[in-house]
Amino acid sequence: MHHRYDVLVVGAGGAGLMAALYAAKGNVSVACISKLYPTRSHTGAAQGGIGAALGNVQEDHWEWHMFDTVKGGDYLTDQDAAEVFAKDIIDAVYELEHMGLPFSRTPDGKIAQRKFGGHTRDFGKAAVERSCYAKDRTGHMILQTLYQQNVKAGTTFYNEFHVTDLLIEDGRCRGVVAYELSTGELHTFHAKAVILAAGGYGRAFKITSNALTLTGDLMSIYYRKGLPLEDMEFYQFHPTGLAKLGILVTEGIRGEGGILRNDSGERFMERYAPTIKDLAPRDIVSRSIITEIREGRGVGRDKDAVNIDLTHLPREVIEGKLAEITDLARTYLGMDPVKDLVPIQPTAHYAMGGIPTDLNGLCLSDGNGGSVEGLYAAGEQACVSLHGANRLGTNSLGDLVVFGRRAGIYAAQYARQVEFADMPENPERESVDLFDRLRASNGKDNAASIRKELQESMMNNVGIFRNGPDMAKQVGIVQELKARYANVGVSDPSRRYNSELIEAMELGFMLDCAEAMTASALNRTESRGAHDREDFTTRDDENWLKHTMAYKDLNREGQVQIGYKPVSLKGFTRAFEPKPRVY
Amino acid sequence: MTQTHAPTSAAPVSASVPMIQLKVKVLRFDPEKDKKAHWTTYDVEAQASDRVLDVINHIKWYMEPSLTFRRSCMHGICGSDAMLINGRNRLACKTLVRDVAKSGGTITVEPIRGLKVEKDLLVDMEPFFDSYKAIMPYFINESPAPAAERIQSEEEAERMAHSSNCILCACCTTSCPIFWVNGSYLGPAAIVQAHRFIFDTRDEATQQRLGIMNQNTGVWRCRTAYNCTEACPRDIPITQLIEEVKRAVMYGQA
Repeated sequence: MHHRYDVLVVGAGGAGLMAALYAAKGNVSVACISKLYPTRSHTGAAQGGIGAALGNVQEDHWEWHMFDTVKGGDYLTDQDAAEVFAKDIIDAVYELEHMGLPFSRTPDGKIAQRKFGGHTRDFGKAAVERSCYAKDRTGHMILQTLYQQNVKAGTTFYNEFHVTDLLIEDGRCRGVVAYELSTGELHTFHAKAVILAAGGYGRAFKITSNALTLTGDLMSIYYRKGLPLEDMEFYQFHPTGLAKLGILVTEGIRGEGGILRNDSGERFMERYAPTIKDLAPRDIVSRSIITEIREGRGVGRDKDAVNIDLTHLPREVIEGKLAEITDLARTYLGMDPVKDLVPIQPTAHYAMGGIPTDLNGLCLSDGNGGSVEGLYAAGEQACVSLHGANRLGTNSLGDLVVFGRRAGIYAAQYARQVEFADMPENPERESVDLFDRLRASNGKDNAASIRKELQESMMNNVGIFRNGPDMAKQVGIVQELKARYANVGVSDPSRRYNSELIEAMELGFMLDCAEAMTASALNRTESRGAHDREDFTTRDDENWLKHTMAYKDLNREGQVQIGYKPVSLKGFTRAFEPKPRVY
Repeated sequence: MTQTHAPTSAAPVSASVPMIQLKVKVLRFDPEKDKKAHWTTYDVEAQASDRVLDVINHIKWYMEPSLTFRRSCMHGICGSDAMLINGRNRLACKTLVRDVAKSGGTITVEPIRGLKVEKDLLVDMEPFFDSYKAIMPYFINESPAPAAERIQSEEEAERMAHSSNCILCACCTTSCPIFWVNGSYLGPAAIVQAHRFIFDTRDEATQQRLGIMNQNTGVWRCRTAYNCTEACPRDIPITQLIEEVKRAVMYGQA
């Protein structure tokens, strides 16, 4: 089946829904494709808040937020992106409120704000209340509110459609091919502009806060075209996932005063970040937790967790402002944060890297200013790069509203100026080949066992602490898994709702993301932000203050070529010199 | 038809954690092959602390790849995996094995009721979302917005606390006996969504919303069976919220 829209959005999480809304305001026809139903996207799992310098609780300024974002990103953050972001997010949060988002409130009726890791006043002096929240279900409320607004705007949705190919010819995107789960049919979508906003690939790891559906589909499809993925070595492990399960426990618990404790009850963060302690950025807290565990001060049966202590907080705060995580602890661990210490461990959470874009969301094709005409990206899948080497808590929700909005505006503006480019001849060819290969293969390995090996090996070899030999080993493991994947068995021949086929396809996407990530990480011989190497322990600005651009070698299977892109070290009006990163 | 599969383990291998034996009885149906639904039983080993979704995933990944169901987040926030588990509507990812079975016991899994079964545990959600869209599920305030936020007190914001917690999983609506016999009833989930806007002090469309609730597909169909409240995986006191909407309709104001 063939469809035609001026602007096509892929993904219906926060970034996609914001992009769709703004594209529609630009007087162009818009449709949104999602592999889920819209309100199922993982934006809904974000809990703690969206950071903006509203100053509702304490004095705050966008310059402070910009500084924190740049320092949090260990100076790999592009400062022009950080400046645009820190200014725009203030207005964007008010806009969400005007869309009806039910924020929690201050006693004087303004949007409530609380402290969050790495967010400080006066350029690092002390923690500041910057995170605007709706209890501890802020992402859920953003997702619901943006979907509601799209219902109001009459956006067309194609639910449970899996994008299988991007149609790019002569440097211009012409549309996408998608697989309809309910029928097994391929659809072609002809578009003047396409916006990619389909999320991350956290399922490449064993312990993860990510949904089963987060398999890096569009990053992989982009990469398969020989186009670059930026900064894939920077992957965030959230310090507090429920032990063994990886389910996210919001940083908001530390913002509200929760304390991390080791087996002897010591508040160990005092040793690692004397100024802001438990509210240090996530990379630092995750490393501190793993160090405690490695040195034998962990808790639990396998001594592989530490505790988060809320017991000194009033019951109303725990059951009110932190209702979501209280429910999670009670449901999954049978523990009550009102009186029990809750065991947590770091969990794979967020890709700082992804599809490179400029400030308007336009996808970049190299590190020298080349771009793909008509193709935009936003949200976790994109790398603008706001988060640099480590994202601050709350800046993901901010990223998707600010840069989702910009992608929508600029995609619509572009679509108004151009005619439809011709579709390639036989646009479905590569997608048909992909499915034919999967359906025809009859290997003994099933997708689940390959996936499990991928998840365990990525966790062990490209996790929180890294070193050359382990990552070199992982390069080989991913190559071997890819070889086995080439022959993966799909036994269900049905056309309707064939989720086995889809899971096998998604594994292929995830293997690509793992390949690019491992190669990028092995290549970067320094420690910066979330990329922490035991064999190169310090930050090396002289050689490595640059973005990685990883390209799939289209002639040699399993090989990755690395290029670079300069970091924007200046904003439009402010610039922050790289300095040692202490908290 | 009952098929039995060799037991395999759903849980990560860990010597120190006791495993329990389970029978998982799944109501399967593929309209392309089957005239009617049939039970298939799988023998599985699991930990008591596993989620029912872990067990169902295990069956799909290692025993019966064609088993079809929806799932995504794995922790009760996306609302994809509502199922009838041991006769009650629940989210498979928010139900632990130990909550529904002992060692040697049986867990039964069926699709939620009142919506057309497309395949196995996966149902047609379109009618459910149609009801959602029918209640104008979006904030309406056409007055010029202030430069900053609209002011709302903590108490006013708290009135939406329960209704805004809804994840549209359909556990409530598909447990409602009125919805089963009369699909035109908007159902508890749509009324909860209406509540969220009716009791929002910033919203200006209260009268229109009460009008929709007063129609014969609306709030008066509710016979307070409480099934919805018991089914809600988010502990929303749905029947109470429906009563609040009824009162608002009666008095013509929120």
